[in-house]
Amino acid sequence: MGQPVISVASLGKRYHLSHQKQQGTLRDSLMDGTRGFFKKISGRSESINSGMEEFWALRDVSFEINQGDVVGIIGRNGAGKSTLLKVLSRITEPTAGRATIRGRIASLLEVGTGFHPELSGRENIFLNGAILGMSRVEIQRKFDEIVAFAEVERFLDTQVKHYSSGMYVRLAFAVAAHLEPEILILDEVLAVGDADFQRKCLRKMNDVTKKEGRTILFVSHQLTSIQQLCNRVILLKKGRITHDTDTVAGLAAYQAQSSAFVDAQPAVNLGPELTLESFEFSPLPVRVFADLNFVLQLSAQTDCRIHDLCLLLYNELGQRVAIADLRQAAQSYALGAGQTLSLHGLLQRISLVPGNYSVGFYLRTNTHMNDHHGLRSITVHAAENNQLMSYAAEHLGSVALEPKFEVTVQNGGEIITPIKHPESTA
Amino acid sequence: MPTDEIPELVLEAGRANRHYWGDLWRYRELLGFLALRDIKVRYKQTTLGILWALIQPAVTLAVFTFVFGKLASLPSGNAPYPLLVLAGLLPWQLFSAAFSNASGSLVANTHLISKIYFPRLIVPLSSIAVALIDFVVVLVLLVILCAWWRFVPDWRIIFLPLFIFLALLTGLGTGLWLTALTVKYRDFRFVVPFLLQVGLFLSPVGFSSTNLPNWRLLYSLNPMAGVIDGFRWCLLHGEPTLNPANLAISIGMMFVLLFSGLWYFRQTERTFADLI
Repeated sequence: MGQPVISVASLGKRYHLSHQKQQGTLRDSLMDGTRGFFKKISGRSESINSGMEEFWALRDVSFEINQGDVVGIIGRNGAGKSTLLKVLSRITEPTAGRATIRGRIASLLEVGTGFHPELSGRENIFLNGAILGMSRVEIQRKFDEIVAFAEVERFLDTQVKHYSSGMYVRLAFAVAAHLEPEILILDEVLAVGDADFQRKCLRKMNDVTKKEGRTILFVSHQLTSIQQLCNRVILLKKGRITHDTDTVAGLAAYQAQSSAFVDAQPAVNLGPELTLESFEFSPLPVRVFADLNFVLQLSAQTDCRIHDLCLLLYNELGQRVAIADLRQAAQSYALGAGQTLSLHGLLQRISLVPGNYSVGFYLRTNTHMNDHHGLRSITVHAAENNQLMSYAAEHLGSVALEPKFEVTVQNGGEIITPIKHPESTA
Repeated sequence: MPTDEIPELVLEAGRANRHYWGDLWRYRELLGFLALRDIKVRYKQTTLGILWALIQPAVTLAVFTFVFGKLASLPSGNAPYPLLVLAGLLPWQLFSAAFSNASGSLVANTHLISKIYFPRLIVPLSSIAVALIDFVVVLVLLVILCAWWRFVPDWRIIFLPLFIFLALLTGLGTGLWLTALTVKYRDFRFVVPFLLQVGLFLSPVGFSSTNLPNWRLLYSLNPMAGVIDGFRWCLLHGEPTLNPANLAISIGMMFVLLFSGLWYFRQTERTFADLI
């Protein structure tokens, strides 16, 4: 042992972006070829690919991963996460640098790769298993387990095209979950299925890593799953590693990155008459039961009246968990053209369970009404000075309650040990 | 686990994969499953099912017999004209199915290629299996026609598997070129049907190659000419006689196609996922 399972040294992957033309038609190649030929014989040697632009999806990426590490790879869209996984899974080769992998590797960049809709569930288990690198014997050995995990016993001989999308995803994940490689590469695969099944998958993956010491590389935008599974986080930005640290620090860095990004967002047009000038929350991330400050500014292009204004909070599963009513009693906000409405305030004692929330608002004016989703995101972290160990996110439910209580132990009428519960800190 | 069992894999730009052929062997089960998938799916939700494999060659057979046998009154040697045509049609169908399946195989499996690693050769190889299934069905048609004319092939039939193999390899060689080219240039999708159409008339399918004695050397540059002559020789009591030089040229051409196809495929393989 001792040696790292994966060592990556200044890995880079370059793509060519071609403008105006679609990539690679035969005519382009012929024309570029002849043009190059004429340039060559006329003694000039400028680049013949004038319409091409280089783009490094990964640049100078180096890290080492040891056996049993569960590493979360995070970053905004286009940061190079998926490219990294593709290079490590041998789907595409790097342009620069090298990666050394020691051990059997299996990658799951998509749930149900190679599933064929015309084939039955049974046939697809074998096909998908083979595609993921399992042998026929191995699949046969685990067949019953896979079927039970997917809960599709009754439909084994039905064509997969008649499956509900939930059954499809369950079956696909079940096959993948029973892979036994030493290194497992996962890309956003838990983003599918219903909440129950997601929980089941997380539990399965937890088992796999804790009991069997398997190494996992995991890309996800669901920070709660990263938080639960990973002991280390690699944060990518524009193809480079900006942080390679433990999970808590990594997630905080990511959060800082994203809120910086959010602040820089330009004004949003909310319809014919209103523009969102600013919409900010602080501090971010916020602790459970702490106050969250907000600023909301709307400017009017034309005269209008705002009858309804509510903040809408959605959790990672897309369920609305709360609203904050920002109307004033019996009065709508009247705005003249060019005027700006500003609301400064706080959401007191945030009682949301730790996780990521997307914030938007509902707006009704005298002319139209609309929900504006996903304008900002806020992250809630567990309360700070809690002497108790916190439970895993899957057990927390969706709201945080703040109990205050007294405990006594009685023997008949006599109080033996009065226990004072420490007041929850705000 | 003993450390010497742990495979070490180095990924680097332009690095040839030393384990490629070993990987191909390790993934042989995938080859089987993909072939099985293609076969199972091929006639799903069709009413006539596998009969479709019979209808097309039967109609072609009738048309060619009419045009070349009746209208043009070409000689057929010692076998009835329909049998002559079918003995040429069999390898042609096998080749054209293998060729067109292999040509389209990579693009048809885009979702696999962009999401998972395996030796890409698996894809065109497995697509050829379907061609064999259809071939076996048409072989049944041959047996029926032979029984109808009470025509029994002689000992030469034992060489038939050799020519079946040659037809497959010809289809694979050309298919490898076209499928790798199609990944980058979708233009070649339109080239395949065109090549097949022209090839059908440039190969001695509807008539015996004895009809063009002066051109036979040039003709054998078409690898399928050699294969078709070979089929007829095996099935129709050694008619036409096989000229070793011509056969050698055909087989040589086939190997040129196969190895150059393999070379081009291996050269371009590592960029498939980026281009497809």
